[in-house]
Amino acid sequence: MRRVLRAMPTMLKIGFSEAAAYRAEMLVWVFATTMPLIMLMVWTAVSEVAPVPSVSGRTWGTGSFVAYFLSAFIVRQLISSWAAWEINYEVRQGTLSMRLLRPVHPVLMYLVQNLAFMPLRFAVTAPVVVILLVSPGGAHLEKHWATWLVFLASLAGGWMINFFANIAIGALSFTMESSVKIMDVWLAAFFVFSGYLFPLDLFPPWLREVSAWLPFRYQLGLPVELMTGVHELPTALTLLARQLAWAAAFLVGSLALWRAGVKRFQAYGG
Amino acid sequence: MIRVRALQKHYRVHKRPPGFSAAMKAIFRRQYTWVKAVDGIDFDIEPGERVGFLGPNGAGKTTTLKILSGLLHPTAGEVEVDGHVPRKREVALLKKIMLVMGQKQQLLWDLPPAETFELNRAIYDVPRAEFHKRVGELIELLELGELITKPTRQLSLGERMKCELAAALVHGPKVLFLDEPTIGLDVSMQVVMRDFIRRYNEQHGATLILTSHYMDDVAALCPRVIVIDKGQLSFDGSLESLVQRVRPEKRVTLRFSRPVSKEDVSTLGTVVKHEAAEAVIQVPQDGVNAAVSRALGSLPVHDLNVENAPLEEVMSELFSRSRAAREAEAA
Repeated sequence: MRRVLRAMPTMLKIGFSEAAAYRAEMLVWVFATTMPLIMLMVWTAVSEVAPVPSVSGRTWGTGSFVAYFLSAFIVRQLISSWAAWEINYEVRQGTLSMRLLRPVHPVLMYLVQNLAFMPLRFAVTAPVVVILLVSPGGAHLEKHWATWLVFLASLAGGWMINFFANIAIGALSFTMESSVKIMDVWLAAFFVFSGYLFPLDLFPPWLREVSAWLPFRYQLGLPVELMTGVHELPTALTLLARQLAWAAAFLVGSLALWRAGVKRFQAYGG
Repeated sequence: MIRVRALQKHYRVHKRPPGFSAAMKAIFRRQYTWVKAVDGIDFDIEPGERVGFLGPNGAGKTTTLKILSGLLHPTAGEVEVDGHVPRKREVALLKKIMLVMGQKQQLLWDLPPAETFELNRAIYDVPRAEFHKRVGELIELLELGELITKPTRQLSLGERMKCELAAALVHGPKVLFLDEPTIGLDVSMQVVMRDFIRRYNEQHGATLILTSHYMDDVAALCPRVIVIDKGQLSFDGSLESLVQRVRPEKRVTLRFSRPVSKEDVSTLGTVVKHEAAEAVIQVPQDGVNAAVSRALGSLPVHDLNVENAPLEEVMSELFSRSRAAREAEAA
């Protein structure tokens, strides 16, 4: 364990060098995740005609939509992971062999590689944060500092759910031809049930109830709700606990899938 | 150092004929077949040995290497590498071994090799002083120079392979598995790689196991060879004894001061090659002296050379014999 901790700074440093080498690809990916900005335009146009009431009793105006969708964009950047695609590729090509030969758990290597992109992601989101603060959405952000601390924890929790879901789906490629299609299904559900395309608050009550029992809301919806001041501190802490429970479940489940999958690895090629 | 007993690796693979209708059928009913990649092999390798794994494509050589390095879980049998069971992938074992595959790479594609060296230093917990000394040696012996500061993607295949080998040795592995390490390299680069690998073995006492389709690699590096065919071990011994077993005849190359007819040469033995001023004949081992005496006495020989049959021919004959034996068995 101590050996791995000693290796971490170097792994992060080299991961960051790789991230810098792929900066153009990352920007392209950022452009591919601008759906919240498109939804922002749609919903602000709607709310300019008349405020949008939700079943919960909240009224959504231009300011609240701006706050919501810019927050959704920021959170999406900061919780992102692509380990499933990488694992799927490496298992199919046999290049996973090189990771398995190293005395560091491959999942930890994927984790470090994903985290190493964070500084660049912060750089990409920083201008959006500024725009959010000076926009009409700024007035709709959370005011209480303690809730912001919960938000930071929820961001970590959301990233963990996303990352370990990626590991779990990636590990399925040990047993099936390609797990990328599973990832497509997962993403489709994520877009709907996480609040990425529209606030869960605008769902009918039964659909909101369903989304509360699924992990997707805790990936993105919860951090966005905390940013936009939807929850009082006690509720925020309860939701954070649920989120961390999901993160723990994904961690345990994905590692179990990984362990079972590696036994079936056929190290094709070479 | 390495102990293998009754090792088996069987795969279940999906099988379907080509064509649209076969593809449609496969959606509803998949057909599988079992492939015996390794089917009960035993051997021991002592510390510091250099051993060549030989066999035709699909013989089970690479599968065996992958089992020895812990990448594949065997179907049955026992494997030990320096007291460890490879499939458990214990950190202590992973720090002692390395598998270099000519077609797979560990170098970070968009970063210079020096970054991969540094990453390996951290991952393998190599003390900095030791790391700098070892990398310095590797740079000198492999003539890496400025290569290690260029992005890997900009290196030629040969340059990349040298850097791959260096990256694999940063932690000073005691056991080195080399799977086609010279594949695709030009002749001079192959020589550089071979020389370096032999020197590493001699200086560090590392155990080397090599698979290669280049017989020159095997001849230059491996005093002992293990031949695997269809997952079974068909020979284990010195290269010399393999040649003796498969092709005991000697080759006598004769160079003449003036043209000599094929008829004249054929009186000495089986003519393998004949040109106006040069001929190669094959003679039984105990008939070499007689053939050479006769050649010197009756022909205008100005140079001659006696050697074994080329290793490629030996291997080709060995594999065709085993193929014929299998076909006869099947019939």
